[in-house]
Amino acid sequence: MKARNFFTLITPAYGALGFIFLWWLVAFMQVIDPVLFPSPQASAKAIWAGIFQGNLLADVRVTVTRTLLSFIIATLICVPFGLVLGSSVKLYRSLEFVIDFFRSTPASSLFPLFLVILGVGESTKIAVAAFGAGLLILFNTAYGVMNARKVRQAAAVVMGASKTRVLVGVTLLESLPQTFIGMRSGVSFALVIVIVAEMFIGSTDGLGQRVINAQMIFNMPEMYATIFSAGVLGYGLNLFFILIERHFVHWGGK
Amino acid sequence: MSADAMLQEEAPTHITIRGLCKSFAGQSLYANFDLDFPKGRITSIFGPNGCGKSTLINMISGLMPIDAGEILFDGKPLSETVIGYVFQNYRDALFPWKRAIDNIKYPLQMAGRSAADCEARTQELIRSFDVRFDLNRYPYELSGGQQQLISIMRALASEPEVLFLDEPFSALDYEMTLFMRDKLQSVFESTGTTMIVVSHDLDEAVYLADDILMLTRRPTRIAELVRSSAPRPRSPGTLTSQSFINAKAHCLDIFQREVRTKDLSA
Repeated sequence: MKARNFFTLITPAYGALGFIFLWWLVAFMQVIDPVLFPSPQASAKAIWAGIFQGNLLADVRVTVTRTLLSFIIATLICVPFGLVLGSSVKLYRSLEFVIDFFRSTPASSLFPLFLVILGVGESTKIAVAAFGAGLLILFNTAYGVMNARKVRQAAAVVMGASKTRVLVGVTLLESLPQTFIGMRSGVSFALVIVIVAEMFIGSTDGLGQRVINAQMIFNMPEMYATIFSAGVLGYGLNLFFILIERHFVHWGGK
Repeated sequence: MSADAMLQEEAPTHITIRGLCKSFAGQSLYANFDLDFPKGRITSIFGPNGCGKSTLINMISGLMPIDAGEILFDGKPLSETVIGYVFQNYRDALFPWKRAIDNIKYPLQMAGRSAADCEARTQELIRSFDVRFDLNRYPYELSGGQQQLISIMRALASEPEVLFLDEPFSALDYEMTLFMRDKLQSVFESTGTTMIVVSHDLDEAVYLADDILMLTRRPTRIAELVRSSAPRPRSPGTLTSQSFINAKAHCLDIFQREVRTKDLSA
């Protein structure tokens, strides 16, 4: 029984181990030019060196700060707006097209516009990321409110709850599972935009800038190490939000 | 005048409906509908599909607007009346973010009662319902029957003048249904609250009620108000008693007559 538990526990690791083995095998057999395709060991060494001798962690911190800052701005603006939007069918219908249009516009195409307005600095990166993340949060919150179960609101009304109490005590909570989905997609999206911005918009720090620098000087182990770090960061953010969600929306999906 | 008729005369009217009109998409469901619900009795509503049983109690309880007409409770409007409502789908009606016990307290809090008062009333309910499971759990951690029991306790918490129940047991298994009918009956016997039950099960409608309101196809009218005079407390034995069988047979006759009638609006 104990042995079986152990194997169930490490089941998710099989895929990862298999992937690393395959990577190692391809590198070992030199299927691809070793200069372009370093071994897992070389990349691991680059991560190690980046953490303990270089400034990998500093770059991670900068990227995380930008991502979270844009996410927080997006949340503070778009959750309340989404609530209002979702509670009024009329308002939603009149703004639906505009929101849908900008949601479908690739946020990265807005960089030039924001560069003109805000200049080459932190604010442009954060603004574009917040814009993209905000739209995701906005329409998810609005959908959550619109699809809130009418029965629960009716139950509250019958029990004498005022309009405000129904909105805050029932509708808001009812929309939380969907709002969290929006927030989770929003933070992932903000990370994507921030990394792209760091690559191409005159950055001197951050993971995006680190990747592109490594590529330009052909330091492949360093490039792979940074890509891997960005992956860990994205995965970590998602996991972190799932944990928060489970804590605050314990009833979700039940 | 027969003894039965005299008893019926004695029950005063609780809910008065006059000139009620309601149409959906231009189709009239209720037109100049008048109805009196007796006080301190259980009335079940039964009728063909689509005759608007749930619509009727939703309009009375204010969940659905009416096009025209007047509905009064002991002469007062709804805004001055405390009502309780038990929904068919307890999963959608309970608040999953609140523990079972806090669900029960919700209407008391909305009425602005003090914390101590809420607690006292909740404990009283727990005693009278003889609840033996953990009320500190969340609704989704409870069985269907337990959830509907919480719904009923929540609806009764603020001691409503009228309790509405919309097919309250249709999502429960048979064993649980029998248990819940029993609970509801004992609540009725101890409180005498006027109850209005929508049912899609004729056995249940007759078993629970003192009066069965038989409705016609739409535009909906009253086919007949049938008395179910089997003595209380009712038990599974009631289901085979002569008075139950007679009342049910009579209701079934009316129902079949109504179903056969050509749907005028179709």
